[in-house]
Amino acid sequence: MFELLKKEKLGESIVRIVIDAPHIARKIGPGQFVIVRSDEISERIPLTVSDFDREEGTITLICQTVGASTKRLAMIEEGEYIKDVVGPLGKVTELEGIKNVAVIGGGLGCAIAYPQAKYLYNIGANVDIIAGFRSRDFIILEDDMKAVSSTLTVLTDDGSNGNKGLVTDGLRKKIEEGANYDAVIAIGPPVMMKFVSLLTKEYGIKTIVSMNPIMIDGTGMCGGCRLTVGGEIKFACIDGPDFDGHLVDFDELIRRNGMYRPEEALANEKIHTCNLDKVGGTN
Amino acid sequence: MANMQLKKVPMPEQERDIRNKNWQEVAKGYTEEDARVEASRCLNCKNKPCVSGCPVGVKIPEFIAKVAEGDFEGAYQKIKETNSLPAICGRVCPQENQCEHNCVRGIKGESVGIGRLERFCADWHNAHTDENAVDAVKIADNAPKVAVVGSGPAGLSCAGDLVKMGYRVTVFEALHKAGGVLSYGIPEFRLPKDIVDREVSSLEKMGVDIQLNMVIGRTLSVDELIDEGYQAVFIASGAGLPGFMNIPGENSNGVYSANEFLTRINLMKAYREDYLTPVKRGKNVAVVGGGNVAMDAARCAKRLGAENVYIVYRRSEAEMPARLEEVHHAKEEGIIFKTLSNPTKINADEKGNVISMTCIEMELGEPDASGRRRPVEKIGSEFDIELDTVIISVGTSPNPLIRMTTEGLETNKRGCIVTSDGVTTTREGVFAGGDAVTGAATVILAMGAGREAAAAIDKYIKGKK
Repeated sequence: MFELLKKEKLGESIVRIVIDAPHIARKIGPGQFVIVRSDEISERIPLTVSDFDREEGTITLICQTVGASTKRLAMIEEGEYIKDVVGPLGKVTELEGIKNVAVIGGGLGCAIAYPQAKYLYNIGANVDIIAGFRSRDFIILEDDMKAVSSTLTVLTDDGSNGNKGLVTDGLRKKIEEGANYDAVIAIGPPVMMKFVSLLTKEYGIKTIVSMNPIMIDGTGMCGGCRLTVGGEIKFACIDGPDFDGHLVDFDELIRRNGMYRPEEALANEKIHTCNLDKVGGTN
Repeated sequence: MANMQLKKVPMPEQERDIRNKNWQEVAKGYTEEDARVEASRCLNCKNKPCVSGCPVGVKIPEFIAKVAEGDFEGAYQKIKETNSLPAICGRVCPQENQCEHNCVRGIKGESVGIGRLERFCADWHNAHTDENAVDAVKIADNAPKVAVVGSGPAGLSCAGDLVKMGYRVTVFEALHKAGGVLSYGIPEFRLPKDIVDREVSSLEKMGVDIQLNMVIGRTLSVDELIDEGYQAVFIASGAGLPGFMNIPGENSNGVYSANEFLTRINLMKAYREDYLTPVKRGKNVAVVGGGNVAMDAARCAKRLGAENVYIVYRRSEAEMPARLEEVHHAKEEGIIFKTLSNPTKINADEKGNVISMTCIEMELGEPDASGRRRPVEKIGSEFDIELDTVIISVGTSPNPLIRMTTEGLETNKRGCIVTSDGVTTTREGVFAGGDAVTGAATVILAMGAGREAAAAIDKYIKGKK
């Protein structure tokens, strides 16, 4: 059982939670994730750790409440408990030697890109963050990202924040203005990572992408998170979650991520009924 | 005078067309009367061929004699002397290749139903004793600490023996529930989870500390365990990494590893209405492979409501590694066997969903390294099976996390941990056993290795002083 210490709403369907998990906080590095099971009936869901505090023994997760299990996670209140949290899982992002980097975040992906930007910024790298959101109401972590970047560009699809565009537009602009990046780190929806990777390939810039596929155990046991990288099958949980963006078969990944859409709709109906008799995170 | 009936007392079972729609145990178990009659078929042979067929040397004729006398608790205790998990082994051991294979009664007629009797004794004991009446072992506060990695059959049996010897034992389990393959792999209808839970809780009552959600190789490394004061580490992390066939279309939507499919069902209860775990309820399902895991997956798919479930296996039925009983049960439940068929391609629609699988017919050639006749493709014999779900069950190998993170721990090219005497690894103080060493094998072999490791660890720690 893991105590939920702090919960804060970042947007309409996005929550940030801080969990007491000293053994995970002690070990975790940027890019790694945990698997959370809110209560007995919930699924195991992989969530990337957006921040951690080794001294306090806490980890911070940002979660979008889309499916039934994430909704149940969001229902757990401060002082209540999450049944299972396991990690850190996956490999730490290899950030050695990066001195000049563009960190691209798409929507919730910013939560995952943030610790990487923070790490690089703190070791003295030039960090340009380019963050894209659907519209103004969906913007998250603006102040946090500002604090760990040399420049922060926030774009919206609909221009509602006064800066319309896609992250690829922002990145292309930076590159053409002469930013000579050693690497680009792109984290967001697969389709965004696909187009960032296509762009950086043109310029020959090393690109790290972070996968968040369907997964159950996170230890290499189910193979549900498999994807094709450079023509080979890789497991995101043990070989990743980071991969070379120029080698990932994004189209396959996008198809696989949609695998449970009909079942998810059913589970959402189920949870709707469950909510009537409020089941917390303590069972 | 022994009962000379040629056949075993039949096992009471749920009707085939009822059970293939529910998740309750298929075999209901012998009554006291059934057990005594079956036990009276044992000839009590002097040279005990059955015992030599048992990987842990259960005192078979002795326990059976007690069953015949009606001393069921005595029989159970006799089994327990060498087998720490009788209720489980009585259900899942491949007896026909082990004890029962050697039974003299099997020469003319059927062997004695040793597995059924073992299960009966364990169930009788469980029904007639209070599960809370397990005494805690007295463990000194300064007793040496031992870490066990993995809570499957090898880990549980090792932990049980060590705690009885007075060690402070901590078992680290990566998942949210203990039991390893007993919990995530073997379905409820073959091994009810209550039985596994009872074994686990009795170990806890004896004093074993079980820590869930701890991935050794990630949350803590083997070296960190040693730094934390564990004097020995037993690696029993199993063989959980699923293999794939490397054929086109294998990453299509609707293609599962058997591990994923079974974990969703058994561990995460996707078959139950009250759980949120999704699983595809396919209409036409093919399971590729011929082992016990393949049979389990096929029978689960049937229970999830599939109309047609196929076992697709490249050799013939005679070469299938599954237990006879599982093959028999699968057929009874309406699973369609397509043997001598090898998948070459999985076909998907434009959304990536599986629509069919192309297979090629095979014929048997000369025996290969495994001693089984090698399947050879028949040119031009390709055919398609219309499907929406494919479950790949072509074997598993040891999980790489521990070998990736433990320096000096030698493994072979199949990823199995190398040991000098079965359980001693190339790292001092580090022992290993079960599927992590042998590759995917049986529950009983893993349990035997766990016991062997406990003895080796005891000797090692005593030798250090």
